[in-house]
Amino acid sequence: MVVDSVNWMAGGAQGSGVDTAANIFGKACGYGGLHVFGRREYHSNIKGLHSYFHLRISSREVLANVNDVDLLAAFDAETVVRHLNEVSPEGGVIIGTHQLGTKVMEIPTLPPEFKAEIAKFMKENGVGETLNDWLEHTKQRNVHVFPVPYMDLLAEIGEKLGIAQMSKITRMINVLTIGVSFALFKYDRTLAEKAVRETFAEKAKIAEMNVTALNIAYDYAMAHFDGFKHRLEKSAVNEERIFLTGNQAVAMGKVLGGCRVQTYYPITPAADESEFLEANQIIRSRNGEDEAIVVIQTEDEIAAVNAASGAALAGARAATSTSGPGFSLMVEGLSWAGNNEVPLVITYYQRGAPSTGLPTRHGQGDLRFAVHAGHGEFARIILASGDIRECFYDAAKVFNLAEKYQMPVIHLLDKAMANCSQTYPVFDYSKFKIERGEFLTEKELEGKEYRRFRFTETGISPRVALGTKNGVHWHTGDEHNEFGHISEEPLNRRLMVEKRMKKLELVLKEVPLEDKLKFYGDINAENIVVSWGSPKGAIIEALGILKQEGFRLGFIQVRLLHPFPAEEVKKALEGKKRIIDVEDNYTAQLGGIIREATGIAPNYYVLKYTGRPVTTTEVYKAIKNILTDKSSGKEVLTFGA
Amino acid sequence: MNALQMAFAELGLEPHQIVLVSGIGCSGKEAHNVKCYGVHTLHGRTLPFAMGIKIANPSLEVLAIGGDGDGLGIGAGHFVNAGRRNLDMTYIIHNNGVYGLTKGQASPTLRLGVQTKSLPKPNINEAVNGIALAIISGFTFVARSYAYDVRHLKDTIKQAIQHKGLAFIDCLQPCPTYNNVTTKEWYAGEDRKDASGKPQPRLYKLEEIGFDPVVRDWSEDFQKKMAALDKAREWDDRIPIGVFYKNELEPTFQERLSSRIPFYMERPPAKQKLCDENKFSTADLSEFIKELKAS
Repeated sequence: MVVDSVNWMAGGAQGSGVDTAANIFGKACGYGGLHVFGRREYHSNIKGLHSYFHLRISSREVLANVNDVDLLAAFDAETVVRHLNEVSPEGGVIIGTHQLGTKVMEIPTLPPEFKAEIAKFMKENGVGETLNDWLEHTKQRNVHVFPVPYMDLLAEIGEKLGIAQMSKITRMINVLTIGVSFALFKYDRTLAEKAVRETFAEKAKIAEMNVTALNIAYDYAMAHFDGFKHRLEKSAVNEERIFLTGNQAVAMGKVLGGCRVQTYYPITPAADESEFLEANQIIRSRNGEDEAIVVIQTEDEIAAVNAASGAALAGARAATSTSGPGFSLMVEGLSWAGNNEVPLVITYYQRGAPSTGLPTRHGQGDLRFAVHAGHGEFARIILASGDIRECFYDAAKVFNLAEKYQMPVIHLLDKAMANCSQTYPVFDYSKFKIERGEFLTEKELEGKEYRRFRFTETGISPRVALGTKNGVHWHTGDEHNEFGHISEEPLNRRLMVEKRMKKLELVLKEVPLEDKLKFYGDINAENIVVSWGSPKGAIIEALGILKQEGFRLGFIQVRLLHPFPAEEVKKALEGKKRIIDVEDNYTAQLGGIIREATGIAPNYYVLKYTGRPVTTTEVYKAIKNILTDKSSGKEVLTFGA
Repeated sequence: MNALQMAFAELGLEPHQIVLVSGIGCSGKEAHNVKCYGVHTLHGRTLPFAMGIKIANPSLEVLAIGGDGDGLGIGAGHFVNAGRRNLDMTYIIHNNGVYGLTKGQASPTLRLGVQTKSLPKPNINEAVNGIALAIISGFTFVARSYAYDVRHLKDTIKQAIQHKGLAFIDCLQPCPTYNNVTTKEWYAGEDRKDASGKPQPRLYKLEEIGFDPVVRDWSEDFQKKMAALDKAREWDDRIPIGVFYKNELEPTFQERLSSRIPFYMERPPAKQKLCDENKFSTADLSEFIKELKAS
């Protein structure tokens, strides 16, 4: 397997600046015309437990992570213990000299089940108890070790900047590792300086301290280390690019899509999106008149969903954003919105579940829940993005769907997309249209009798915002008549149920194919992969590698998950020899839905439920096993610390 | 209901300017019986719906109406948190001590040891004091009225609507079907007649004893709150109705939003254009792009 990328990982205790380091590193690479894909992993904990950031860098667009790490920048001993086996041959490890004597079994943050694993490893491989013993052992695989005397370097920085108090500058170990890393990669240090200045743009003094630290580390590494072969080289680029997370892409998409009220209760991994929105709540407008989004932190998710429904009834485009536990609380409100045909948008980031599950980790176990949540039968739309670019456009589109078809829309995402970051050419948003559907104004209502839930051929009744003159109407969670008043009459009931449900047929008729399914690779080949959500990037990359190896294979990404585009999926799957379903869950939920809707079942499964997203490497291996008939039918993936 | 419509008429409010948000319970259906926008919501969730409506379009006159179980039982969390925001709207609780729609179980305002005819055993829970809870939660207008005193109720509703900030009305209301303890006759004191055989009513009006609930300067606030809490403790023998507390010095949620979004009142979320005449979104994302730039 040949992969034309370089992989850098920073790891350390939560709160020690891993995120900042990765952001600086990624931006510096971006400034040099390189593409970056980053994956952030962290514990459900405020400070102290292990976190890491894997960055994959290439001169071409990168869509997912691989298993390898070419340079591991370890802020602490645990990072080495956790990731040493991922470091590729000819790769390197940057570690503080003061950490070398650490006895690994005495690292206080290691959980007992992990200690048992490493004890076994040490015994089987005859590895000694100190970190140095581990590093010596890994040198057998031609891994380079770059010990850095951080404390001496910090002292030098302190002296240079006239800071006597070491505690004020020890936080800068993260920037020191960036300096050392870029020196080892022989990368243009001015780009790193620019990234540091940009990151601390609002704190000039801190920016300069960090630039000093960066250079001292860079110079130290240039003078003391050699033998490392990986290189990062600038490449000319003639387009403007951005480096962003899924959370940020969704926030921007919402602004574009006209979302003007966002409610939320803090929950991982959704809250970053709301915070980003609130920080940027004034919206510049091309027509010169500023607009603004009101972001409300509510007392719970029940309030969040119902306040969003209220705002939507009043005529604002409104959304709420949450993950599994929060969505569980929203379900009664979802049912109300379904009954009242409210254009409500719920951005749903799945995470490891059930219950509190793995609050900061990934999972795709909530597809069935999103499809069926709520008592009773009502119409909803579920759209799942597969990458950060789609997160952006879909986050805007869902408001058009919600208002045109007057039903709740769940924008189904996951933790991997929320927290992954990727470089992209600046998104072109000049063509995005706001389609509000049948939405009556005061004038249009004049002199007419208005019925909010009027029976129509399509099931869509023209809508009126609360407060509009001549449009007084009612809403209720009870079954209601055309005016919105309570009715238990059986005929009315039948007509109302049919009116609400038949809108789904219209959705299936009108939604364009690319929002239902996307096709990649050789779609006419006899073997095909189906998936949804964040595994997309790894699958596309795996397909590329397999193609080079002579395997013909197609990939269908399902985007519209409800109402399910059964006809199109059936057409794409009919007559295939191998249908390989890739999902980050245990029960292959999409596979089940496909079978239910089309009568065709996948016959191979690639599943992962460790709480970590799939990598290109493991998807490639699993599919290759299947294509070469080495698979029992189900490949369970396990990679990742 | 009469009182509401009278209040709207006397304030000159047109039906389309008003949104009546109700919960589940006997009071839930009220929204359907008044000629104005009506949103009959979920049990306990009137305040969140009302909040969303008011924030999206602050020019609407928003009234939330619910039962005691709705507001102080299942919705108690929203009650407390609504106080923290002080949105300029009105919340009326119909307080009858029982859950009527499910045949008379004890509501959160029924006192410990009381046994209405529908209860198999005396109430094992102590009551929550809605007036006191409203005051300490941050409601800036807190009043009580009585359903059979339509004129008083109408006047109280008018004051609540005119109040700048979040207003709460505890509307005492007998439940003729299930509550045989706090009945109309009980409120009228027919169980305790004086020597001449005249009933001694339990209800009395705060305004008639010269009680001054208005905070005119922050220095008075603590004292006024304590006096109001003291009045809120009264029950059984003498039950006050009228305004317990009123403070218009506290910034409303709309004022707080306006300090961040200067044009909020002129162009609230529901009134923004979003797009040009050809429907293209007018949002300019260049500030975001600048922040995320990596080239």
